[in-house]
This record gives sequence, C-alpha cells and structure tokens, in this order.
Amino acid sequence: MNLVLMVWRQESQQAEGRLQRIEAKDISPEMSFLEMLDVVNERLTLAGKRPIAFDHDCREGICGSCGVVINGIPHGPRPGTTTCQLHMRQFHDGQTIVIEPYRAKPFPVLRDLIVDRSALDRIMAAGGFISASTGSAPDGNAIPVAKSKADAAMDAAACIGCGACIAACPNASAMLFVGAKISHLGLLPQGQPERWTRAENMVATMDSEGFGPCTNVTECSAVCPKEIDVSVIARMNRDRIGAIFLVARRSLASDNG
Amino acid sequence: MELKSNAPSGPLDTAWSRHKFEMKLVNPANKRKFNLIVVGSGLAGASAAASLAELGYDVRCFCYQDSPRRAHSIAAQGGINAAKNYQNDGDSVFRLFYDTIKGGDFRSREHNVHRLAEVSTNIIDQCVAQGVPFAREYSGYLANRSFGGAQVSRTFYARGQTGQQLLLGAYQALIRQIAAGKVTMFPRTEMLDLVLVDGKARGIVTRDMVTGKIESHAADAVILATGGYGNAFYLSTNAKGCNVTASWRAHKLGAGFANPCFTQIHPTCIPVSGEHQSKLTLMSESLRNDGRVWVPVKAGDGRKSADIPEAERDYYLERRYPAFGNLVPRDVASRAAKAVCDEGRGVGPGGRGVYLDFADAIKRLGEGLIRERYGNLFDMYERITDENPFKVPMRMYPAVHYTMGGLWVDYNLMSTIPGLFVLGEANFSDHGANRLGASALMQGLADGYFVIPYTIGHYLASGKLGKVDEEGPEFKRTEAEVDERMKKLVGNKGKRTAASFHRELGKLLWDNCGMARNAAGLRAARERIPQLRAEFWSQVIVPGSGSELNQALEYAGRVADFMEFGELLCRDALERNESCGCHFREEYQTEEGEAKRNDDEFAHVAVWEHKGVNKEPVRHKEPLTFENVHLAQRSYK
Repeated sequence: MNLVLMVWRQESQQAEGRLQRIEAKDISPEMSFLEMLDVVNERLTLAGKRPIAFDHDCREGICGSCGVVINGIPHGPRPGTTTCQLHMRQFHDGQTIVIEPYRAKPFPVLRDLIVDRSALDRIMAAGGFISASTGSAPDGNAIPVAKSKADAAMDAAACIGCGACIAACPNASAMLFVGAKISHLGLLPQGQPERWTRAENMVATMDSEGFGPCTNVTECSAVCPKEIDVSVIARMNRDRIGAIFLVARRSLASDNG
Repeated sequence: MELKSNAPSGPLDTAWSRHKFEMKLVNPANKRKFNLIVVGSGLAGASAAASLAELGYDVRCFCYQDSPRRAHSIAAQGGINAAKNYQNDGDSVFRLFYDTIKGGDFRSREHNVHRLAEVSTNIIDQCVAQGVPFAREYSGYLANRSFGGAQVSRTFYARGQTGQQLLLGAYQALIRQIAAGKVTMFPRTEMLDLVLVDGKARGIVTRDMVTGKIESHAADAVILATGGYGNAFYLSTNAKGCNVTASWRAHKLGAGFANPCFTQIHPTCIPVSGEHQSKLTLMSESLRNDGRVWVPVKAGDGRKSADIPEAERDYYLERRYPAFGNLVPRDVASRAAKAVCDEGRGVGPGGRGVYLDFADAIKRLGEGLIRERYGNLFDMYERITDENPFKVPMRMYPAVHYTMGGLWVDYNLMSTIPGLFVLGEANFSDHGANRLGASALMQGLADGYFVIPYTIGHYLASGKLGKVDEEGPEFKRTEAEVDERMKKLVGNKGKRTAASFHRELGKLLWDNCGMARNAAGLRAARERIPQLRAEFWSQVIVPGSGSELNQALEYAGRVADFMEFGELLCRDALERNESCGCHFREEYQTEEGEAKRNDDEFAHVAVWEHKGVNKEPVRHKEPLTFENVHLAQRSYK
C-alpha cells in the first residue's frame, strides 16, 4: 500500500521543528509500524537525505523505548499495543499518517521523534523501590502473599515506563506511571515499611519535574499499551493521605519530643 | 594466553564457601576509594552495580538505552530456575547442577555451574524481598512451573514477563543507589573501547549518543555486562541495539573469546513474514508445557490445520522423545523442527513453520486457565500474525536467541585481561553448548548479586593499582582512535546502507553457521566475510556527522564489529569437529540424526586470541574435566 507520512522533524532540542511530508510507497500490511519507518529511512539514506530519528529497541512491546504519537494517539489506533507491535494492516492504502513525538513539557524533544524521558527515572529514584540490600533477604516463602494481592501487584507492575500516559493527558500528568509503581510496591507486604514515604517523595518529585495534576480524563489508561487501570491513581492518592498523617504524626512527635 | 580457571580444589559442594573464605577482603572504609565501571544495565549489570554500591564502592554504570530499565533482559518471558525444592519433587542443588551440565552437553566448567546452582536459591529470596511479584498459589506461597530439559518443577515466574519483573527489581535496586549518590548513571552512552594501562583494564572510552562527544572514564576495574552477540545473525530475538562491540573491543585488546560457535536457536519464535522483517519475536518455551507440536504426516499438505485429521498429524517430538515429549531441550526441539521442514512438511508461508497447538489443553483445562497462564503471549501472537491461537494453532519456527559463547572468564569471572570482569550472557561460563530454559535470568543475577561482589574485592585487595586518570596517554590515544573510526564511517561516500550489509552478513551466518553446519559451508562463509567487510568499508553510506544524535552512525559502528566477529564465529564452528548441544555439524551425527560428541578431542573450551584483523587468530584450550558428573551421551528419549 502507499501512504503519506507527515513526520515531525527537529534537528535538536534547541532547533525549531516542523512537519515534513514524506511518501511511503509499497508498504506491506505485514510490516510493523517501525519496520515501515525502517524502509522509509533506508530510502531517505540512499537519496542522501537525513533519516528519521526514533527510539526503539526490543520491538516486542516490553522495553518501553518506542512510542510516537500516531494520528493524535500515543502508540496509535490499536488499544493495548505499543508502536513496535502495531502492524500496517491497521492502516489503509492512501492514508495520511501524522507522526509526532510525545508532547509534554517534562519531555523535551532531542531529535525528530526522540524525547528525553529521564524525568521518569528521577521520579523512580525518589522512592520507587524497596530498600532490600543484597544478602539481607529471608526465605522467599517466609512471608506468604495472598494470590489476589500478588496478582494485583503484577497488574500494576506491568508498566513499561514508555510515557504514553503522559503524552495522552491534557495536563501531562504522570499519575498513572507513579500510581502504578506505588500500587505495585504498596500492595505487597515487603513494600509496607516505606509505603507512606514512597508516595510522599515520588509525588513531590513528580510535581517538581513539571508534570501536571490529574483531572480524571482517563486518557492515560486508554492509551496505556499495558492497559494499566486508573484505579492505581486512587491508590496513590490514598497513600498520599497516609503520608499526610505520617507527617502529622512526625510533627506531633517532635512537638512532644 | 594463560587460561587458569582458578577453581578451588577439593570437594565441589563446599568449593564456593571455601573460596569465599579464602578470598581477600577490602576494608569497609576503603571501598569508597575504589572506582568501578559497569557497562550494561541488564540483569547482570544492574544487579552488580547496585550490589557493589551497597558495599560502598564508587560505581559508574553505562547503558546505550535512554534508561537502565530498558536493557534487553526485560524481554525474557518464561521464568527463572532455582533449586528451592518447594514442590517436594526431588529437586536439589546437585540436581540443578547436574541438569545444567547435562543440558549444556558437557561443555561447561563444573565449579562455575555448581556455584550457580547454589546461589540460585538466594536469588529468589532477594527478588521476593525487592517486591518482584512472582506467581503465587492460593495459599500465598510461590508457584512453580516446569521447563525444558528438567523433570522437576523449579521455575519461578511472573506471568509471561519474568524478565521484566526481575529487571525492574534490579533497576529499582540500582536507582536507589543512584539516588544515594553511590552510582553515577550514564544513559544514552555507548562504550566504544576499553583502555588498558600496564596490561590492566583501567577504563573505557564512550560516545555520548545525544551530543556525539567522545569521552574517557578511568577506573580501578571494568565490568562488562553487555549481553550476547545474537544480532550478528541480523534476525534474532535480541533487541535491535544489542551488539558485540564492547566484547569485541576487549577481545581485540587481549581478552580471550570462548566458544563463539555456541549460539542458541530458540525453537518457538514467530516465523519470518517477509524481506522487511527487522527482528523475530520469541514465544516463551513455557508454552510447550501445554502446547503440542505437530506437522502434517504428508509432505506438501496444503490443507488448513483444522482440516487435517488426527491420524494425519505427526506429533514428532512426542514420537521421537517419549520421555520428555514436547519439553525436550531447545537445541533438540529446534533441530527437529528444521528436519520436518526440510522434509517439506513445514506449515505456513514458505513452509518454514510447525504448529504449536493448544486445542487439547483448552479442552482439558478450559480457556480460562490457559488465558491465565499465557494470556499476554496469546495476545502478542495475535497482534503480530492476526491469528487467534485460541482458535487456530500457533505457527512457530526456530530463531537465534542466546549466545552461550562469550568472553572467557575464570572462576572469579575475570577475563584474560586483569581487572576486566565479564558477567551474564557476555561471558561464556555456565551454559556449555546449550542453555536450558529459565537459566539465563538465573545466571545474570547470580553473577551480579552473589559472585562479583566477592570476587572483585579479592582482585582489588590483591595487588597495588597505580593511579590513572583520563588525561593519561593511553586514554588520549584510544579517544583519537575512536574519533578516527567515527570520522571514517561518516566520511564515506558509499552506496549501500549499513542495514543492507548487516542483512547480508546475517543471511550468510544463518545459512552456514545456523542450526546445522558443515565444513564446506563454514569455509565458504569464512572466505566471504572478509570480502564483505572490505565492501562495507568502501561502500557503506552513513548520513550526518559524528557530533550529533546519529542513529545511523551508532548502527554502522556495531555492524563494523559484527563484520569482524562473524569470521571468528565461523572459524570456531569449523574447528570444532563434533556436534554438541546447539553446535550441530552435519558430518558428526548418529544414525538417528542426534548430535555426536567427540569427548576425546573436544572436551575443552576453545579460547581465541586475537592477532589482528585479517590475521589468523590462535586457538587455545581449557580442558574440561568431569569429576562429579559422568560424561554420557544426552538422551531425552
């Protein structure tokens, strides 16, 4: 099939960007979206032009590297699917496809479709972990975990950190991403000792990185390639309230101390 | 090249404990004075960087991805083995050790494998403590599944995303140390060379993949956890960015490369759909627990799967290997699939495919349970092929997946270059000629969490390391060489893309050094590769410049190294005149078509010493002795 691509081209973070029209001819419906871009890039290279820069790695929907906005939707039209697993059979001959990078203030464009998502790592560094140093663990079966809890933790832990939720949100909120990690760790007994401080610190970093608030649009969950449920945001808010009580208890303790 | 394994003498089962006691320690107050470099942030790299930082070392960690969480360990699906014996089905450290030695077709070092089996139990404990959401029974206790090459259930799993969850655990441990200021992370930074000072590994030269800046980093020791070289074949289940560059650069500076021809072909991957194919997608081996593999009895049978009656189906694994059935090890399953396709009985476009059928399991267990076990894999299959495996059988074909070969390391995981340690898939040590399913995750984490924290201390405490810094002549010279290589690539006015060269190399390797190999094919490939390499350097076109974000340049540099490495791969396969594990030489097979080992001449590790590009490398041997496992022909019948 023959397609017309409207692709965001931007030399660097400082440069101005624009949409460029590129024709993509003889595209097989069996190709993945990224394979289509590979073909376009080989043709651009042979024509002496600059290929389109885009992030990608595993190409099996799990590393979270890829992710572009396709006709206005992060990861494109098929629900529960990353860009790398989207296939061209989802499009039709003659279609115009607009391809843009994620748009969010905390995600500056580095080049073309590549954005800097290091803000997500900084949020994780604020508390997205359980402090279990190597060697200190008890036997794996020492603490039973109810299957329902383990399953719910796994549902939340499936997040691949691609950032589509943020790109889809009108407020560029990172609450689905943060809520997923807070839920994953907060549901498990191992995550309890740091539960309240984790929520407090991750949310504070999320705010300081420039991500917006949640206004219950739920676009985040709709575009999530792993279909993480918005209930993780409710859980995050519950743990933040817990954190507020913790702060109150701390200040009481110091008043009394 | 001296190949001293440094494995402890005496009884095997207490060897690691004795070795741990005998190794020297670094005083806690002195640890922060040592700078360590970890290249790679997968299971081995992230677990090593985190554990070393927890001990107090000053660590710098490098990865080419935009975040350490994206390393390709994340794509492992099925599970991780551990000798917990939670199922009370007769598992033990010795049995895991035995299965791994046997599964590797007696081409791995007993001491390393025994240690791996020993620490496997600690890994599960550690991961549970980190919050890895392993599958659990209704009782709340950990669940297990069985996997190829074993008759006990010892595989722990997190749905079909075990690698993801273990990597996120290691990443979270790493990022905790980054937050604590003990690890400095360099994402989007690619190691392009190793730097030796006085014969010891003392640093690396990197390229900032956003600005193009070439930089040096000095250290007291360098740890490579840079994964395998499966992408030499172009089409593999590896991530697109996986490459051999770090290992190859180290090899060119004196690190022995062990058993490069031991490349694992995974039996269950989604078949190629066309010329545009950029990578292959694996479907977890765990599917073989419930799926039955078959092809039509008749060659050239064009009917749909549903129209082929039971009597005209050949469940060839169950027929040939009644004891293990569909759960034979990967090399055996892959070769069997190739054999039936070569007979013209393959299914799907091009006839390169076999069915993996869940109809019986769905009938027996119900669709709900199958969905619970494999739901995400079934969804993935449908997204890629547009076919629903609940309705029609999956089509599968083997693909390059994992590389057992890698840089040679001793018992302390140190290469033949002092101060250069190699972990995970990048080293050669534990899987012999064939890796069992769910053992890669185990080895990566064993090396990173439980081996390197001890052995590197011994190295650092054993000898005085002089002071080096990035301004030294060795660093400046390497920077200049790296810079020149980049300039050469972008300055070329060629006509072919790096991808087209990579595809040609990959096809050459797959056809001649893939699932079945013979001397004539290997010789032809070995002769063709130097020509192809010369064509690459004269004809490759790399757009843009070195001083910007340039993915074409990154890629061309990796392909250039595959071009050199591919030759060694074929050479090693040609020199190993036997069939063992995944290395199947057509000249050496039994009457039934099974691999025929030659223990008299080849019970050794082949370790290659580089003598220069376009020069003959030297093949060294580390003899393998089996004192605790009887050398026997593998049988899964």
